[in-house]
Amino acid sequence: MADPEIKSYEPYHESRSAAVTESRPAQAVLMAIAFAFLGVFLLLPLIIVFHEALAKGIGAYVQALSEPDARSAIHLTLLVAAISVPLNVVFGISAAWAIAKFEFKGKAFLTTLIDLPFSVSPVISGLVYVLLFGAQGLLGDWLKGHGIQILFAVPGIVLATVFVTFPFVARELIPLMQEQGNGDEEAALSLGANGWQTFWYVTLPNIKWGLLYGVLLCNARAMGEFGAVSVVSGHIRGLTNTMPLHVEILYNEYNAVGAFAVASLLAGLALVTLVLKTLLEMRYGAELAATRGH
Amino acid sequence: MEVRVANVRKEFERFPALHDVSLDIKSGELIALLGPSGSGKTTLLRLIAGLERPTRGKIFFGDDDASQKSIQERNVGFVFQHYALFRHMTVADNIGFGLKVRHGSSRPPAQEIRRRASELLDLVQLSGLEKRYPAQLSGGQRQRVALARAMAIEPKVLLLDEPFGALDAQVRRELRRWLREIHDRTGHTTVFVTHDQEEALELADRVVVMSQGRIEQVGTADDIYDTPNSPFVYGFIGESSSLPVKVENGEIWLADRPIGLSAPHAPEGEATLYFRPHDVELLDGCSGCIAGTVAASRRVAGTRRVELEIGGERQRVEIELPVGHPAAQKSRVAFRPGRWKLFPAA
Repeated sequence: MADPEIKSYEPYHESRSAAVTESRPAQAVLMAIAFAFLGVFLLLPLIIVFHEALAKGIGAYVQALSEPDARSAIHLTLLVAAISVPLNVVFGISAAWAIAKFEFKGKAFLTTLIDLPFSVSPVISGLVYVLLFGAQGLLGDWLKGHGIQILFAVPGIVLATVFVTFPFVARELIPLMQEQGNGDEEAALSLGANGWQTFWYVTLPNIKWGLLYGVLLCNARAMGEFGAVSVVSGHIRGLTNTMPLHVEILYNEYNAVGAFAVASLLAGLALVTLVLKTLLEMRYGAELAATRGH
Repeated sequence: MEVRVANVRKEFERFPALHDVSLDIKSGELIALLGPSGSGKTTLLRLIAGLERPTRGKIFFGDDDASQKSIQERNVGFVFQHYALFRHMTVADNIGFGLKVRHGSSRPPAQEIRRRASELLDLVQLSGLEKRYPAQLSGGQRQRVALARAMAIEPKVLLLDEPFGALDAQVRRELRRWLREIHDRTGHTTVFVTHDQEEALELADRVVVMSQGRIEQVGTADDIYDTPNSPFVYGFIGESSSLPVKVENGEIWLADRPIGLSAPHAPEGEATLYFRPHDVELLDGCSGCIAGTVAASRRVAGTRRVELEIGGERQRVEIELPVGHPAAQKSRVAFRPGRWKLFPAA
């Protein structure tokens, strides 16, 4: 018996392949192209965002963010994310569970449908809601008759956001749950656990890293979505403007500091997401590596 | 706990996996379900556990009809082929899981659960590994933890699906003996699935041989090996040789000559004769025997395996000779099967 201590999970380090055939200069050129590309198209814009936001000093920056319309946009964005992310967590887990663990008719169709938001332009998905809920839309009269406002209001923004973000959690979980199979759940049931206990003690811990990863991506997209939300929101200042929409309005009004100040928050969110994602990948990758061969 | 499987049929999307299977398992017995893949042995095990529901038929635990009970209510200990240990829990938490998820007064306090887990770890000879995670154990150790976890809930029946399937030969033999010991000590009614005949014959009190969703034969290792009741069992368990023969007036004929075996109760006509290659009587003269030309001869461990061509049709059969036997040098060998059986021609 070896030492009873818990070995720490070492992150997987890839070793340099012995069969590298490219010459050193060729390698250098390829790497230079990759870095230059990232620098020009990603890093530079990011720096400019922060530079412009702080162009008139920290005072103007803080003021731009505390202005009522900006605060309302931040508030609305947080609200929309707070509703749509949990909804998509529930949907994502249900869909992944159904697809990974049961056999049923229409499974391939469901899998394809989940990918739909990725293959459809967000503007189109926004338009679909206009056609459905708008004044001239399919349900327009009925909604009006019952005094329900969906379009140009928070419900419409939430619906559009849920639509464009629903693949994230599901797509993350489906392959994970398929690989894990039913064995652990069956074992828990055979030991007397009920369905809820099985989910809570066995399924959820097995998928937690994948789930977190999906939630992170889902959240980033929910806060950053522009196209679909732009179509359904109606751009009512202080009411139905989310952060991305607010940035556009301010920019069109030549309020560069205001626009870039709000944009810097979104860019900050992107950076935080990136860092968390990297950390998760390290952790999640180690977890997967540790459970291989088990 | 006695287990009775009564006329159970199981279909998966109209495809039958089990046809009308009945089986009585005595209390405290160690039973092996043996068969090639696709024979329905794992399906039968999962039906007993309650992981599947029968399409028709019933399963009784003692006098209780268990068929309508859920797997939780049946209180069975199930050891999965790939163990299905919870990878995010320590060994102790894995073993204690079945007790932790109990409700109300039947749930022991945490300290008691820990004590029980340690006790079971002692039983499976893994004391001191409480704090390990499954990924830090060897295959054989995981197997033992899985067994300890299944026994923690004090099951009425212990069910094991290919318990040694994923282990190498050495560990396999060791664990086999160890499982027998545990069984004798705890006295659980135990059913295990295997495709390894050696494992089944060595370990089980009785072996259930299955093929294509049916039970072919149930019996002790001796019954199964010495008196197979079907061509399948003859072919599947151990070595066998077969010859097409004819029954006339209660005598068995090979082509145009009698071979000195009488089968007074066998139906007249075409039949197939089965016997074990090692269970033959060598003869000098041939008045009523099977005689053939030696086509090939191989040394297999302690014996010599001789392939004979018989008669005008050049049917090939194998028999085993002692290594030093003079017949092995001859070009023609005559013999008569010791123990044999006739089955209607296929």
